[in-house]
Amino acid sequence: MNPLLKSILSTGFGYAILRVMTPILLPALGVAISELAGSVNIALEGIMLMAAFFGVIVSAFTGSLFLALLAGIAAGVITGAILAYFHLKLKADIILAAIALNMFASGFTIFMLYLFTGDKGSTSSLKSLVFPEIQIPILKSIPVLGPIFSGHNILTYIALLAVPFFYILVFKTPLGLRIRAVGQNPHAAESVGINVNRIKFYALMLSGLFGAFGGLYLSMGYVSWFSRDMTAGRGFIAIAASTLGGSMPMGMLWSSLLFGFVNSIAIYIASLEIPSELIQMIPYLITIIALAVFSIRVQMKKKKGQEVRELYTEEAVQSVVKDISAADE
Amino acid sequence: MEKFILKYFTLIRTLIAILVGVIISVVLIYIISETPAYALKQFLLGPLLSKSRLANVIENASPIIFCGVAIAIAFQAKQFNIGAEGALFLSAAVGTAFAVSTHMPAFFHIILVLVVAGLTGAIWGWVPGVLKAKWGASELVSSLMMNYVAYFAGLYLINSHFRDKDAGFLVSLRLPETAWLPQLIPGTRLHIGILLSIIFALLGYYFLYHTTSGYEIRTTGNNAKFAKFGGINVVKVVILSQVISGMVAGIGGMTEVMGLHHRFNWQNSPGYGWDGVIVAIIGRNHPILIIFAALFLSYLRVGSQVLNLMADVPSELVAVIQAIIIILITAEAFLSQWKYRITMKQAELKEAGNESIA
Repeated sequence: MNPLLKSILSTGFGYAILRVMTPILLPALGVAISELAGSVNIALEGIMLMAAFFGVIVSAFTGSLFLALLAGIAAGVITGAILAYFHLKLKADIILAAIALNMFASGFTIFMLYLFTGDKGSTSSLKSLVFPEIQIPILKSIPVLGPIFSGHNILTYIALLAVPFFYILVFKTPLGLRIRAVGQNPHAAESVGINVNRIKFYALMLSGLFGAFGGLYLSMGYVSWFSRDMTAGRGFIAIAASTLGGSMPMGMLWSSLLFGFVNSIAIYIASLEIPSELIQMIPYLITIIALAVFSIRVQMKKKKGQEVRELYTEEAVQSVVKDISAADE
Repeated sequence: MEKFILKYFTLIRTLIAILVGVIISVVLIYIISETPAYALKQFLLGPLLSKSRLANVIENASPIIFCGVAIAIAFQAKQFNIGAEGALFLSAAVGTAFAVSTHMPAFFHIILVLVVAGLTGAIWGWVPGVLKAKWGASELVSSLMMNYVAYFAGLYLINSHFRDKDAGFLVSLRLPETAWLPQLIPGTRLHIGILLSIIFALLGYYFLYHTTSGYEIRTTGNNAKFAKFGGINVVKVVILSQVISGMVAGIGGMTEVMGLHHRFNWQNSPGYGWDGVIVAIIGRNHPILIIFAALFLSYLRVGSQVLNLMADVPSELVAVIQAIIIILITAEAFLSQWKYRITMKQAELKEAGNESIA
């Protein structure tokens, strides 16, 4: 059999896809939550770096996985909050502020890396911890499915669980309702008494939370050390995955799987000495095409004079009005 | 004095932001270094202390100026096209491929290669432009994706078709000497690319501030609805700004290849596109200010390398400082209270003056 085909059909390949997908899916959810609130966060690259770095450092110096988790989450959420502060309070353009934050995170983590280890490359001289891998009982003994879905890092399962969590958060909670209302029509949201800036602030912090898990996975799961600029553009790929998935949870799961699939293929192909560049290009091309098709469809509907049904806008705003008037009574 | 502050408020604010950044770096150096005074001297004055370092400052500034001007033209139209990086990378690769496979007299070769690179960049800017102008697709996302496509396409072109197999590492074939940019100062790596970049900055300034298209770009950027009611073809303007932006970045990329190494030797994206965003912000999207911003950034970079080499402070200090400077400049509310107070005081003074006349 063709060696490429053989490796793609192996269970190891399926396992690899989930592994590669994790640090794309988590930040993609982060991009999406900010997108839904109407302030796109393109600082996931920086957020992941900060979380990855502080997770490793804290685990190395305290020996506690729990403290490392807290430190990583804090680093991500605080970075998100800094972005929110500059964007919402100091009126900085969010794109430019995010670019600055990405730059800051890249420089700052290398700078601190040097101060902690005397090395600018990685923390390989530190003894840091990793999150455990989990064997799922019953599932692990099923042929084919077992080797693919069992034995992953716990953060991979958290990433998969984050998808329904995202759905419930956005569509089933009052906060999610407000986030969508603010993103769809800030003026309408404001008119029913929603504090637009506060909701956006929450959304950007949540965005930092999702990104933090992605960063922690990179340095404490995917590999067991922090290295400079280890996110390697995943924060930007997450923007693509979020766009391609239409900021909807299932859509983003599929688009992240696609990125995982293509990147895994690229890794396999590289060993066969076939130019992998063209394969690696595919998901970005698909994103551009999907973006174009999506935008054209919206435009066509507008031209036909139809109401564009945008993510339950009317519904969202109206139910917020109901909520609030109910609370008043 | 207060009138002066009001008139040049944005400039003063920018300078204060830069000052804050420099002060923070001084503090950091004092905290970290064992020999802070020496380290500080190396950082701030290091680039001036040798001819080759000074040449480095100027040489590094050239692609940053190109990208800064490219980004500024798009930003002036309020188009967040950050595709300069991709346009630069792919144009350099395509230009290299063209230069290696053609033979002609020196002058024409240079011009033609630059035209090919410029066209590649223009096409690269056109795609996000059309997607945005015609269908409202976010140019931020599409240009970001185009960066990756450009990166992989450029690598494929060079590594699979124009690779120099005799070289020990992944580089393209050497350009024929007819396509080399002349040296500016013998004994340094300085080539006429810096002059080209300054010429393009001046052209960019002329285009933005002294032509109809430039006026239309700025008006669209200030207020697209107003521009539309004023009879400006916004669709055309949005596309045009990004096409020109891509073209300038593309020429900038090719200039680097033709001037510095005479072959395509990037295996990673060089990051000039992001530097372009930095200097466009510091230079407030004004091509002439961008020249100075690029020289400033380049000076900081070389200073930090000297610092890294001669003292015990890592060069990434600069990345931290430039981030702080940018975020302060973009934060519109930064110092706005100060401006507000001065404005109010001026208004009161004026009112008092009017009353005394009456």
